[in-house]
Amino acid sequence: MNLLPIFIALPLLGAFILSLIRQKRVGDVLANLINLSLFIISLLLLRYGNLVYKIGGWQPVNGIPIGIYWVKDGLSTLMLVIVNFVALLSTIFSINYMERFTDKNRYYCLFLLMLLGMNGVILAGDMFNLFVFLEISAIASYSLVAFGTESEELEAAFKYQVMGTIASSFILFGIALLYSLTGTLNMADMASVIHNASFNIHNGKFLIFVCGLFIAGFGMKGAIMPFHAWLPDAHPSAPAPISAMLSGVLIKVLGIYTISRVIFNIFGLTPMLSNLLMVLGSLSIIAGAILAIGQNDFKRLLAYSSISQVGYIILGLGLGTPLGILGGLLHLLNHSVFKSLLFLNSGAVEYATDNRDLRKMGGLNKKMPVTGTTNFIASMSIAGVPPFNGFWSKLLIILACILTGHFWFAIWAIIGSIITLAYYLKVQKYAFFGTLKKEWEKIKEVPNFMRLSMIILAILCTIMGLLLIPQLREIFLSPGVEVLRNGLQYINNLGL
Amino acid sequence: MIIKWIYVLPIILFLIALLGVLVKRNLIKIIISLTIMEYATFLFFALIGYRKGGMPPIEVEGVKSTIFVDPLPQALVLTAIVIGLATTSLLVAIAVRIYQKYGTFDIEKIKKLKG
Repeated sequence: MNLLPIFIALPLLGAFILSLIRQKRVGDVLANLINLSLFIISLLLLRYGNLVYKIGGWQPVNGIPIGIYWVKDGLSTLMLVIVNFVALLSTIFSINYMERFTDKNRYYCLFLLMLLGMNGVILAGDMFNLFVFLEISAIASYSLVAFGTESEELEAAFKYQVMGTIASSFILFGIALLYSLTGTLNMADMASVIHNASFNIHNGKFLIFVCGLFIAGFGMKGAIMPFHAWLPDAHPSAPAPISAMLSGVLIKVLGIYTISRVIFNIFGLTPMLSNLLMVLGSLSIIAGAILAIGQNDFKRLLAYSSISQVGYIILGLGLGTPLGILGGLLHLLNHSVFKSLLFLNSGAVEYATDNRDLRKMGGLNKKMPVTGTTNFIASMSIAGVPPFNGFWSKLLIILACILTGHFWFAIWAIIGSIITLAYYLKVQKYAFFGTLKKEWEKIKEVPNFMRLSMIILAILCTIMGLLLIPQLREIFLSPGVEVLRNGLQYINNLGL
Repeated sequence: MIIKWIYVLPIILFLIALLGVLVKRNLIKIIISLTIMEYATFLFFALIGYRKGGMPPIEVEGVKSTIFVDPLPQALVLTAIVIGLATTSLLVAIAVRIYQKYGTFDIEKIKKLKG
């Protein structure tokens, strides 16, 4: 039996039912059950190789695909596992956290629609479906950013949506041009047409233009450096579990995953594109880190840090060597884990103290030991301190830079890492260490479900370096690395 | 040659709309610019499928035509229009809520976020 349709159908069904139900408890149970089952199914998919699901059973005619295909390969499985995992922990966190808001079931409904969109983007085998699912998750995320309907949240949502709509128009324009050049929408078929010898040189110039449109469009969705302006407003304004989803997985699925699909699997990585990605990546690393230092709002600092960490992933992928891609993908997994943990921590602090300003906190470790400890682990992971997971992925990326002779990029990455350590030490010093202020004498540690999801993520932060052990690497990372390294093997999915 | 130049027109419309988004100071005018931008894209998509002297791709008995217009872009544009409707309605809804909070549509006066 083909498991792929479940990733779209189950959240869609759940969102429909949740929009009708009023009881809060039913919503909690249903949303968590759906996310749990999706996570388990995504783990089951690790056992399979490449899968193709043809909607409506339309078979190819003369080897040319017609109809809508969903494709699962190594990279998609990796992304499905991490997306559904972070979604599961975010919904567990939401059980207690979202009591602050009024309409919890609408929230779960939008949450599941966003998850459905992301799963769809990951599985889509043709460009137009990718666009449709991308828009589903983007529209759900716009309304989730505005969920509190306070003035800041509405303003951030409007800004986010204006940028998002411009990005979508760029992407749709690119898809239209690409369709007119190749005469097909199926990604594997597109790749085979582009790399066919009869595809003439004149069209090659158009391809560069299309590539530029895609990098601008997907880059805006993924907040890569010159297109990052909306992220520091949008991500802090959302409720904490949604910030965790947005920073943890949404920008990776809509930005990095789509860019790497288009560049590695359709166009093929050329030296020019590789250099462009590396320059964009290192720009994001430095600029994001420098902007983060000056922030005093806890969540805003984390949002700038996301821009910086996404830069590492782009730098690693842009190198194009097996080691660089391995480092990039590992950093993608690691960043999803520790950045969601950090945003959940900020949510826990906000839940207890109703405050996000770092200068007003202090000594919270005494009252909130679980939040403090997990936040310490996450901060050390993201800064790249040795036993934790962030160290290994950054090490791989920097090593890959040095091995290919890009010393300057390696130096940029190291400087970025040092600045990261600096601003996370600032978070620790201002918020969790030091003397407890009088106004926080009465606060309590957060409820059980919030603690549970933070502890699970913190444990993962400590042990995820183990993914580099060959046996585990073969299961999780190697298939994904293989997809990007031999990008044009993607054409073979046509035969399945 | 005229058939080639016609593809440039949607691109010009797209750029005008982009300029509108960047320079206008009123939320509603920004929303209108975004809508124009989407429509420019749809127009371009529809033009790609056009063939000179083409017929609708429906087989009618007794009528023989070898040139059909490409039906795929038309189907895609229909889907994209629906998505565009969702985007526009959400934008307008948020703009109304912003007006209730701030009492203005001027983006110069709507800036509580900073940093």
